[in-house]
Amino acid sequence: MSSITQPIGGHADVAGGHEHHPSGIMRWITTTNHKDIGTMYLWFSFTMFIVGGVFALTIRSELFEPGMQIVTPERFNQLITLHGLVMIFGALMPGAVGFANWMIPLQIGAPDMAFARMNNLSFWLLPPAAIMLLLGLFVPGGAPETGWTLYPPLSIQQGMGMDLTIFAIHIMGASSIMGSINIITTILNLRAPGMTLMKMPLFCWSWLITAYLLIAVMPVLAGAVTMLLTDRHFGTSFFNAAGGGDPVLFQHVFWFFGHPEVYIIILPAFGLISEVIPTFSRKPLFGYASMVYALCAIAILSFLVWAHHMFTVGLPAAGILFYMYATMMIAVPTGVKVFNWLATMWRGSITLEAPMLFALGFLFLFTTGGFTGLIVAIQPIDVQFQDTYYVVAHFHYVMVAGTLFAFFAATYYWLPKWTGHMYNETVAKWHFWGSFIFFNVAFFPMHFLGLAGMPRRIPDYAQQFTNWNQVSTVGAFGFGLSQLIFLYAVVSCIRGGKPAPAKPWDGATSLEWTLPSPAPYHSFPTPPVVQ
Amino acid sequence: MSERENRRLLVRLGAVAVAMFGFGYALVPLYYTVCDALGLRDLGRPDAVVNTQVDATRTVRVQFDTNVRSMGWQFTALERTADIHPGAVTQAVFRVVNSSGRAVTGQAIPSYAPRLAGEYFRKVECFCFQRQTLAPGETRLMPVVFVIDPGLPHEVATITLSYTFFEVEGTGDGQTGA
Repeated sequence: MSSITQPIGGHADVAGGHEHHPSGIMRWITTTNHKDIGTMYLWFSFTMFIVGGVFALTIRSELFEPGMQIVTPERFNQLITLHGLVMIFGALMPGAVGFANWMIPLQIGAPDMAFARMNNLSFWLLPPAAIMLLLGLFVPGGAPETGWTLYPPLSIQQGMGMDLTIFAIHIMGASSIMGSINIITTILNLRAPGMTLMKMPLFCWSWLITAYLLIAVMPVLAGAVTMLLTDRHFGTSFFNAAGGGDPVLFQHVFWFFGHPEVYIIILPAFGLISEVIPTFSRKPLFGYASMVYALCAIAILSFLVWAHHMFTVGLPAAGILFYMYATMMIAVPTGVKVFNWLATMWRGSITLEAPMLFALGFLFLFTTGGFTGLIVAIQPIDVQFQDTYYVVAHFHYVMVAGTLFAFFAATYYWLPKWTGHMYNETVAKWHFWGSFIFFNVAFFPMHFLGLAGMPRRIPDYAQQFTNWNQVSTVGAFGFGLSQLIFLYAVVSCIRGGKPAPAKPWDGATSLEWTLPSPAPYHSFPTPPVVQ
Repeated sequence: MSERENRRLLVRLGAVAVAMFGFGYALVPLYYTVCDALGLRDLGRPDAVVNTQVDATRTVRVQFDTNVRSMGWQFTALERTADIHPGAVTQAVFRVVNSSGRAVTGQAIPSYAPRLAGEYFRKVECFCFQRQTLAPGETRLMPVVFVIDPGLPHEVATITLSYTFFEVEGTGDGQTGA
């Protein structure tokens, strides 16, 4: 985390001309500046991305050959759990909040976030929560071996690593809820004069809706893990069958949170892509209003489909049909978005800088993941694919090639605004092609493995799965190494490079590009007037 | 925009978050209500017998399997198998002995092989509908009265009915649990 003290905003200080805030490490601990906090969120996200990536590569190394080579089966399952939790709660969600902190005030013409001190608290809750989560590896019994879904009865039987995980989830949930309240209040109350809701950049819209989703479902997850905790230690029997509870109840409560959660992860990415594609197509976004309505429709539908994660628990046929059709209905608003992005590019003057490359990679691979999602939405097929590598392939296509690629696109898109320097386009393109190719090498074979019946979350496998597992492991290492190119591209851009003009992308239209690059430490002290 | 309006939104959204925490807990009774309304999880209720037309042309062998899960009970079926005609009302008797030195309450959970036979296996009366509390050293004979629905697919010639007794925790002294 020492890289946090590399002052990204350091150049901005000088530009802003404000020298009254503390310097050194205290600047970062006590800061209430949305840019500082955004920067910290993004570095935290990247750090957790590396940690979760190391877990992933350990898992892939173990799966390079059948048989047990590197870790014990218990440790393998712990790594599976932590990989999921670290990537979701440590990398993807804080990453999205980081972009929100940096860009929402700039895009709506606000001087800062509505609750600046609470913003500081939201961030500083995360490092202790992450430490608690990872501490599980070093306590007797290790981290939970349940996978990130924490299903009982296994989660009731785990050691104290489970308690650490539960508390870490509580803290991260509190952080997310505070962050969401902050974002909603900022968007609703702090918009510049003339910036009506329907003039807001789509990234702000995507976060407004995501923040409502977070406030609605993070407390439900907090409730679910609290019930686990009391089942474990205080004699309740919510999920404990021996005491009259029902483990399937946990799955319902968990997925009532868990399904909206996947949209919490992808909607901000939709917003980011909706910024990048119009800029590099040099056309306004096609169907702005329908994009907003599609976001709302996805958010509402996300509450009605949770049991499609539980197609094999013995739901009544009517329930299966309802959840199956409701799930497929989500493809409609999602399709609206995909077609609107395509229509935005149609006859545009497209150039392929790194942000646009990542946006196109997103579009192609996310849609692939969406299609496999439609396939597993069909219950008779899902009965075959449940808990196989096909599902692993599906959600990595939407989480990694979806959200993560959108984060990369947005990082390159806004790096000039953040640092005042242009990033190195050649290095960024290497990063893109490395990520794009190795992502597919790593994850496409998982479709084949799943179709052939290889189960997920198992450290050993039958011999016939060996070849594709080896391809996948090679791809995973290639993908991991490609991210070091990303680190190099970002660090070298912070340290120097060609000075960036206020608006380095000629097709960009939103408010942040009216500010000089790097954005001054205090921006829009008097709100701009939007025509 | 004024500080006060921000604060009001903070309080309202905070209230929503607290309410949703409560909603998570409200899902618990909701789950049981929905399950009851849809007739799911009703292990403790007799099955309705729709068809008692005895089909004398077929004979189905029923095997009785008995297990206990970490309890000091001995649990056996008096007859290991029964050959019966679908539609005929049949009684099987099981014996359980509490060989532990304390009163224990147990709950038997049935399961079927092949699994699809379960919906054709209609229990009119069963010791598994209630918890069984046995004093130390007590022996009890327990009946199951059942009908195999004549709609049972023809390829099923043998059904295994397996019972496992679980100890109901926290009720060692015989009082009813939660």
